[in-house]
Parts: sequence; structure tokens; C-alpha cells
Amino acid sequence: MWLRLEPRAQASRRLRTAAPLIALALTLASGTVLFGALGQNPILALHTFFIRPIDSLYGLSELAIKAAPLALCAVGLAIGFRGNVWNIGAEGQLTMGAICGGGLALAFYGAEGPWLLPLMVLAGGLGGMAWGAIPALLKTRFNANEILTSLMLSYVAIQLLGYLVHGPWRDPEGYNFPETRLFGEQALLPVLLEDTRLHAGVVLALIAVGLGWLLLSRSFAGFQIKVVGQAPAAAAYAGFSRGRVVWLSFLIGGGLAGIAGLGEVAGPMGQLNPTVSPGYGFAAIICAFLGRLHPFGVLLASLLLALLFLGGESLQMHLNLPLAITGVFQGLLLFFVLACDVFVRYRVRFGRAAVGLAP
Amino acid sequence: MTDPMPPAPDSTVAAPPRLELRGITKRYPGVLANEGIDLRVAPGEIHALLGENGAGKSTLVKIIYGVVKADAGEMLWQGAPLGSHTPAQARHLGIGMVFQHFNLFDTLTVAENIALCIEGGGDLKALAGRIAEVSGRYGLPIDPLRHVHGLSVGERQRVEIVRCLLQDPKLLIMDEPTSVLTPLEVEKLFETLRRLAGEGCSILYISHKLDEIRALCQSATVLRGGRVSADCDPREETPKSLAEMMIGRELPVCRHREPPEDGAERLALDGLSLAAEDPFGTDLRDIRLTVRAGEIVGIAGVAGNGQNALLAALSGERRAPPGQVRLGGRPAGHLGPRARRARGLAFVPEERLGRGAVPGMTLADNALLTGYQKGMVRHGLVRFERTRAYAQEVVDAFKVVCGGIGAEARSLSGGNLQKFILGREILLEPALLILAYPTWGVDVGAAAQIRQAVIDLRDRGAGILVVSEELEELFEISDRIAVIGKGRLSPAKRTRDTGVEEVGRWMAGMFAPALDEGPKHVA
Repeated sequence: MWLRLEPRAQASRRLRTAAPLIALALTLASGTVLFGALGQNPILALHTFFIRPIDSLYGLSELAIKAAPLALCAVGLAIGFRGNVWNIGAEGQLTMGAICGGGLALAFYGAEGPWLLPLMVLAGGLGGMAWGAIPALLKTRFNANEILTSLMLSYVAIQLLGYLVHGPWRDPEGYNFPETRLFGEQALLPVLLEDTRLHAGVVLALIAVGLGWLLLSRSFAGFQIKVVGQAPAAAAYAGFSRGRVVWLSFLIGGGLAGIAGLGEVAGPMGQLNPTVSPGYGFAAIICAFLGRLHPFGVLLASLLLALLFLGGESLQMHLNLPLAITGVFQGLLLFFVLACDVFVRYRVRFGRAAVGLAP
Repeated sequence: MTDPMPPAPDSTVAAPPRLELRGITKRYPGVLANEGIDLRVAPGEIHALLGENGAGKSTLVKIIYGVVKADAGEMLWQGAPLGSHTPAQARHLGIGMVFQHFNLFDTLTVAENIALCIEGGGDLKALAGRIAEVSGRYGLPIDPLRHVHGLSVGERQRVEIVRCLLQDPKLLIMDEPTSVLTPLEVEKLFETLRRLAGEGCSILYISHKLDEIRALCQSATVLRGGRVSADCDPREETPKSLAEMMIGRELPVCRHREPPEDGAERLALDGLSLAAEDPFGTDLRDIRLTVRAGEIVGIAGVAGNGQNALLAALSGERRAPPGQVRLGGRPAGHLGPRARRARGLAFVPEERLGRGAVPGMTLADNALLTGYQKGMVRHGLVRFERTRAYAQEVVDAFKVVCGGIGAEARSLSGGNLQKFILGREILLEPALLILAYPTWGVDVGAAAQIRQAVIDLRDRGAGILVVSEELEELFEISDRIAVIGKGRLSPAKRTRDTGVEEVGRWMAGMFAPALDEGPKHVA
């Protein structure tokens, strides 16, 4: 028995768009089975997971707060992925952004003014960019695989954050808890909606989505990124530099991730602690693919992934299920998206290959 | 799967045809590749299968060799019907095939390569002996112990032929065998084929080169649009009448005029030397050449003699010391493709899909690929109305058959995509146009159109450099012609002062490298 994948002559556009929805349906189906196996009423569990977290205005605002860093990171990643630049280190770039922006808030603690917040956003973006510049340099100088370098640098950044909040930056009045002091008023992103935590970082995310679309769909730079990604030989022929695309991707991706990190510490947290991110940088990879590497799609995917984060917490609170459920659902979703993509582009055939070319 | 009946031993009285096809039909989604094809090949006959690209030759051959199954029709082998068969069974019957693209492993020796594909090839020593014996008998000199990477293209082809001959074929299928050979090698190949035919082996010879077919074949089946358009004896036809059978109308002829005597220098190569990137590639050594405004310079040569490195050094994809490449009289060797384009260079690469065009992008986007310096970008944003207008202009001017400018490049046929790429580069009105294998794989009608467009561009004052393997074409359009061999370039001679014979000798490596006009160079 032979099983083969045969490329389809023309991948259907409609099927390609529908793939994420099919993947979502499959994820829900698997989730039902999973909850059943855990001894829960699947309907109740799914309701707790997907509906309950967002059945109030407060819930919706929380959704937006979680979606913002995801969208920021994922737009940057999608730009890189279009150019075949595989930045897997948004988590580290996000952490560096949090460290740099948050560090600024601590440095000017007690001496702040309205100028501080814009500077913090800038510092966050630059910090992320600097962290993204390392894999870009290694890639363009030594052709080092950017997947490995960017991923490993994520852990370096997380360790650095841990060192800072356990050591030099620890709150002197914090009873030895590994966290910094709370930022001053002027170092916090303004809240947009009363009685919620909805902060200005959400606006930054929407701007990033808009600019990302402008770059990819309307600009010549975006065209070059896509050509480099789809046909490297054509890019070389036309004179589009692969190195430039690598740099551009990492600087944009790192900068946006850095701003996302700053948005976390200057937003809902108001301080630095060892876990500024519950894995937004990694979940953003899923967002990018689920959103078809298109900024608007990425926005929708970010909302969905944010719901998974909220749903996991909701399950933990209401049904006593472990928080790891979030990770399981993320994994299922990515798995099904990639699987659906395979079936969109290929068809499965049984039996021996009809085309053999051994003269 | 039915095992085909073993053929009856050769009988001398009224032998059935070696191979007979009756009403072979093959349909692919959207295309009728073969429709009701009848074909008979007698024992010991050299039979031509003639047709333009896309006429259905390849499909038919694949059906005969068992790679593809026909939808309808019958195939008879020595009078006995064949059911469905696989390539392995075809080889058992005595059908051998030499593909256009060779299937050899570079890092293995000739004998090892052959051992991989024939049964009982385990004993390399014995096999090497048999190879030497067969290659000696048919005039195909080849050393069984050499590694394939060191072989020329012609030698590789010999390996493929010997591989088939070791299996005692009764029918040998040759797919465009001469496209990679020098004229001298072609003559040797023909001798071998004639000897084989004399021993009773039938040969099915696929080509679109009319002269060769007239010189070699006793009968011909001409395909057009998937159907048999004629059966004839090519020896009694003229190239003109054969071409008309092939394309269904008269062959267009290029208009020509004398080039100006002393145009401005558009391109100069001054001792260009470049090491090959690929370990088995060819280094460029001390290449000297000038292309002036208003002339077409052709570079002939067998593939693999440094053309790739030369083309990359011309386009800017590979850099050279500044002075070794001059554009418009100024050093440009250090410039990349973008800067060279800004100086008026346009370039049509050998690979169309993936290099000359992005397969998954629309024609409008592909117009932007090299047209970006023509006002298609403002403030970093693409002016889509301009890219669309330009793509439409190219499609209209060059009669590109496509589903509109929103069609993906990959949806175009090879010839139409080439017309699009060429049109895109020509309408940029370059000062210097470089063409790599401009009509390779393009049907005769489109090829004539392409040549005419190139000549018209020259008449508007551009300098043009054409690298090609098609001698006929180079002689038709070039004002001067040079030959590249083993990474060296011959002097460029006026086309009317030389001939196929001399250029053929040069292609075989017999020339003194070009000396520059300047006195500094001492050989």
C-alpha cells in the first residue's frame, strides 16, 4: 500500500481561505473529545472556554488586551515569513523591549514627565530591534540559520530579565519578591475605557496592522520582500537584495515585538516581573500562519489566540482544569492549519506512482 | 497487469512493423495532448517525429516508453498488441530511450552509473569490459572508469546511449539529442545511429531541427497541435515545406539590414576572469569582447562551457573587478543588477519561471520586477495603475496569449512567458540588451517574432548580446559571432565572413582566444 501526495495543478483560492476555518472546526472537535476524556461535560467546558470569557464588556476588553501583543508580534513575523525569513524569536525580542522600555521607567522613577512614555515606547521598539539585529547579522554575515539563533536568543533574553528582576532591579520595598517597583503614573499607557484595563497599546497594535498592510500590499519594499520569499533567483535577477530583506524583516519584527513587550509592562502589569509574557511571541507564530501571513488575517487570528489564553484561565478558574489546556489548543490549532494547508496544495493518492523515470 | 506477449523471432518475410501506434489519444486537464495518432516504425528504419514545442511529441514518446498511459488507442510491438506496460517492461521488450535531460550521478563513474540501471550490472569489472566493447563497436569512445562530473555533455550523452545499447534495443528513442552537441559531435552521432539502423535497430528520432532530419531520417511523422499533420519522406522535402507542415503556414523570415560601422561602445569585457561557483563548473578566463550600439553580437557554444558564469557576470548577479566589465564606457564590474539596470542594461535570463518571472505573481506584478525604474514607484509605494498599463502594453505589443494581466506567470506556456519577459525588457528601451537562449523551447512562430523584435531593437540603436546554442539562429540574427569554449572566448568575427563550419570548429575548442585591440595583452 502506497500513499502519495500529489501537487494540485491549481490550489483553489477559496479552499485556501477556508483552511483556517476548517482547522478551527477540527480543533473544536478534538477539544470536545479531549474534554470528554477529562471527564468534563464537553458542552459546558467549551462554553467555559470560548464563550464565558467574552460575555461581558470587561471580558471583551481583556480579549483586546491579550490580542494586542499577539497582533504586534505576528504582523512583524508575517512580514518576515513572506520573505522566507524565519524569525522564531519574537518572544525574546518582546522581552528585550520590556526590559529596555521598563528600564527607562525605573531609571526616571520619581523624575518623570509626559515625555517619558513616548521615550519608553521608542526604547522598547529599539530594544526589540537590537535583539532582532543579532540573528540578522549572523544570517547575513555567516549564513547562520535564523530559526536556531533567534529561538536561542529568546531564552537568553528571558534569563536576562530573570537576573534583573531577581537582582539589580528588584523593588527595594518589595519583600524580596522578584519584581521591580510599580512604574509611576506617567510611565503607564493611558486607559481608554473606564472600569477596564483597555490601554493605548491596543491602538498601537491596530496601527501596526494598518502599516503592515501598507508595507506588504502597497509598497515596493513589500514587493521586494515577497519576490525574495517566493523566487530568490528572480530577486537576484531583478537586483533585490536578500540581505536587505533579512535585515528589514528582523528590524520590523523585532521592533514590533519590542513595542508589544513594552505595552505589557507599561500596560496591565505596571512593573517588570520574571514572566512578562505568557508566550505571546511563540503564539504569534501561530497567528501569522492562521492569518495567512496577511495583516488583516493576522488581526483576526490574534483575537482567536487571545481567546485561547483567556479560555485557559477561565477553565482553570471555573472547572479546575490545568492552564496547560491553552498550550494544547494552540498546538492543535497550528497542527490542523498546517495539515489543512497540505491538503489544499496536495491531494492524497493511493497506489504506486504512475510516473517513474528510470531509463 | 497483463504481461505483453513475447515477440516472435525476426522473420525475413513481410516483417510486421517494429512499432505501430493506432489512434493514440491522451487528454490532460484542459489539453488534448495527442489525438488519434497513427505511427509505424519499420525494423531498421530511422523515423523522425517532428513538431513544434507543445505539439505532443513528448507525450507520445512517454506513452511508447510506458511512462504515461494513453486514454485510447492501440500499440503494437512487432505485430503483437501491448497492454499497459511500464518503462521496465518496455526495456525488456527492447525499447531504449535517451532522454533530453540526462539521468546520471555526477559523483559516480560511468560504469557505476550504468550498473545502477541494468540488470546483472553487479560485476563492475565485467561491465566495464562490455562498455568498452560496445563503445568501441559503435564509435562511442568512452572510458568506463571516469567520473561523470568530468565528462562533457556530449560524452554524457554517449554514456546514456551506451547504457541503452547494452540492453540490445530493438527500438531506440532519441529525444532532441543534438541540442547539446557541437556540429562535429552531431556528425559522429549520426554515424553511430546509421550503423545501429544498419544492424536492424529501429530509431525514433525526435527533433525540430529540419536539416538534421533531412540528413538522417528515411520517414517522418509530423505532429501539429496533438495530431498527425503529415507523413512524409523528409529526404524529398525542403526545410521550407517541412516547416510548413510543422507550423501550418509559411515560415516568417527576418528582415535584416547592415549595422552601422562604428557605434558607441555599449558593453566591453576587458580580460574578464571569474572562478566558477560550482566545483564542477567552468571558470571564465580572460574574456575580451565589445558590443557597440546598433549591432547584435552572438555567442555560440555548447552548454556548460562557462555561459552561466558569463551571464551572471554580465547581469551583475556576480561581481567582477570594476574595470573588467564596462557599461557605456564606464567601469561596472562591481555594480549589482540594479545599478547596471540604471545604466541601461536589460537582461533576459535562461530560466523563465523562477528567474525571469515570479511564478506565483501576476503579469502586472512581474512587470514591476524589472520595470521599477520606469516610474512605477513613487514615495516607496507601487503605482499599480502604471504596472498594469505596462503589462498590458507588453501583452498587446508582443501578442502574449494569456488570461489577462491578472494571470499568474506560471499559467502561461513557455513561449508566451518568454514573449512577455522579452517584451518587458525590450519596451524598457535599454541601451544594452543581453539575451540568454532567447528562443529555447519556443515554437517556431514565436521564435521568429522574438528574433524580429530583437532586430528591431537593434535598429533603434541598442547594443545586443545573444548567448545561444542554436547556430542557425545566431547566424540569422547576429552581426558578429564569437564562440565560448572551456571558459574562453574566441574573437568575434563578422557573421558574413565566417560560416557554420568555422564556428563548429571553434565550438570543438579549436580557436585562439580573443586578443584585445589594445597592445598590452601578450598571449
